[in-house]
Amino acid sequence: MDWQAIGLSLRLSFCTTLILVLLGLPLAWWLAQTRWRGRFLIEAVVALPIVLPPTVLGFYVLMAISPRSPLGMFYESWFGQRLPFSFQGLLLASVLYSLPFAVQPFISAFTTIDRRFLEASWCLGESRTRTFFRVAIPLAWPGVLSGIVLSFAHTMGEFGVVLMVGGNLEGVTRTVSISIYDHVQALDYHTAGQTSLMMLAFSFAVLAVTYSLQRRFVHAWPTR
Amino acid sequence: MNLIQRLLAGLAICALTGCDRNPRSSIGPDAAPVELRIAAAADLKFALDSLIDEFRYSHPGIQAGVTYGSSGNFFAQIQNEAPFDLYLSADIEYPRKLAAADLALEGDVFGYAIGRIVVWVPRTSAMEVKELGIRSLLDSSVKKIAIANPQHAPYGKAAVAAMRELGVYDAVQPKLVLGENIAQTAQFIESGAADIGIIALSLALAPEMEARGSHWEIPPESYPKMEQGGMILKSTPSPEAAKALRDFILAAHGRAVLKRYGFHPPEY
Repeated sequence: MDWQAIGLSLRLSFCTTLILVLLGLPLAWWLAQTRWRGRFLIEAVVALPIVLPPTVLGFYVLMAISPRSPLGMFYESWFGQRLPFSFQGLLLASVLYSLPFAVQPFISAFTTIDRRFLEASWCLGESRTRTFFRVAIPLAWPGVLSGIVLSFAHTMGEFGVVLMVGGNLEGVTRTVSISIYDHVQALDYHTAGQTSLMMLAFSFAVLAVTYSLQRRFVHAWPTR
Repeated sequence: MNLIQRLLAGLAICALTGCDRNPRSSIGPDAAPVELRIAAAADLKFALDSLIDEFRYSHPGIQAGVTYGSSGNFFAQIQNEAPFDLYLSADIEYPRKLAAADLALEGDVFGYAIGRIVVWVPRTSAMEVKELGIRSLLDSSVKKIAIANPQHAPYGKAAVAAMRELGVYDAVQPKLVLGENIAQTAQFIESGAADIGIIALSLALAPEMEARGSHWEIPPESYPKMEQGGMILKSTPSPEAAKALRDFILAAHGRAVLKRYGFHPPEY
């Protein structure tokens, strides 16, 4: 079994999820609260990766980060490194690709919060930030958890985008799904089967734990 | 039942019973056209497209459709009874293995070409690849070098063998990035994501690529001969049509077209 690829996938999923929580929670909160009329446009952009084939996303990402593109040039002059075929490049692609899987559950969780709780907190003199962390997040917790788990699991299972932008570098961009694909291509069905079985067990375990936790949380904090 | 449901039901029945399929038994202008499905290695894309156009013209009774992809993928699919009639692999070992498993018609495997590899740089690069030859891989401006995955792609294996033989492999090894197949490798370089790479001559000579870069052919003696081979599948419902296409590819004109697109003849 390709432990290096498994480790890399876990690291990529962890970093992607972390970034998505940091970016996604404020974005989802804003989308859930705003009365701006153009809101649907942002929602459509966020949801695009669900509809777009990974090949489209991968194709555009590779063009966008190539050293000839403005973004690629900027990154290279700033960091002295290049984005294509690097962990950072893959991370950028993963964040884009998993964005809706984090943000959409966050939004639906925030919109189900009874607004009176928030207003009560503001009236009691709590700041908007404190209200967000001490009232909104605990109330929206089951949805936030699903967003975290979904984006983690989705990144673990990502294949098309990685194939398009990764360049298959051992320990840098060769994730589990790519490693399985390589083993199949090299007719090493035994190793491919082992790693696949491990992925199946892992995915099932993650989802089972999440659903059981979610049930408990929903009972602990009824949103209505 | 509303209209859409009826349409869907109709489609489902068509799909299940195969009502769009023509009988595939006879050839000739009066008979319904025979359908021929070809699984071909990605490096054949341009050469075979051109050959098939001519074949269609001279054999109006045969409708030939090509799927391009990785030879290893097709190998696995054919083992699992994929509905192809003809398999043109970039590595003759795959059809040989299938023939050994009794999946080839009359146990027949044929070589049709020898693949060639080149170092390719995009036009935007300042490098004189034709003068520098293999040493262009060592240029200080090169950060990433794209090759096909040597674990399973024939062109990747050849690229690694050639770099070892020419004594640059150890120096360039940390800069290598791997394309899934030779066409993706070309895309990596063409897009600028990699600076230089080793691809098939057949792709470097393709109209889409020729104007966008320049290449240097790697001496054929520096890597093992890349014998490309094919076979007709035992399961084909139209062996006559498949043989007609195979003979067309192997005849003098077919060879000339393959040569124009950067392949050596099989006995080279």
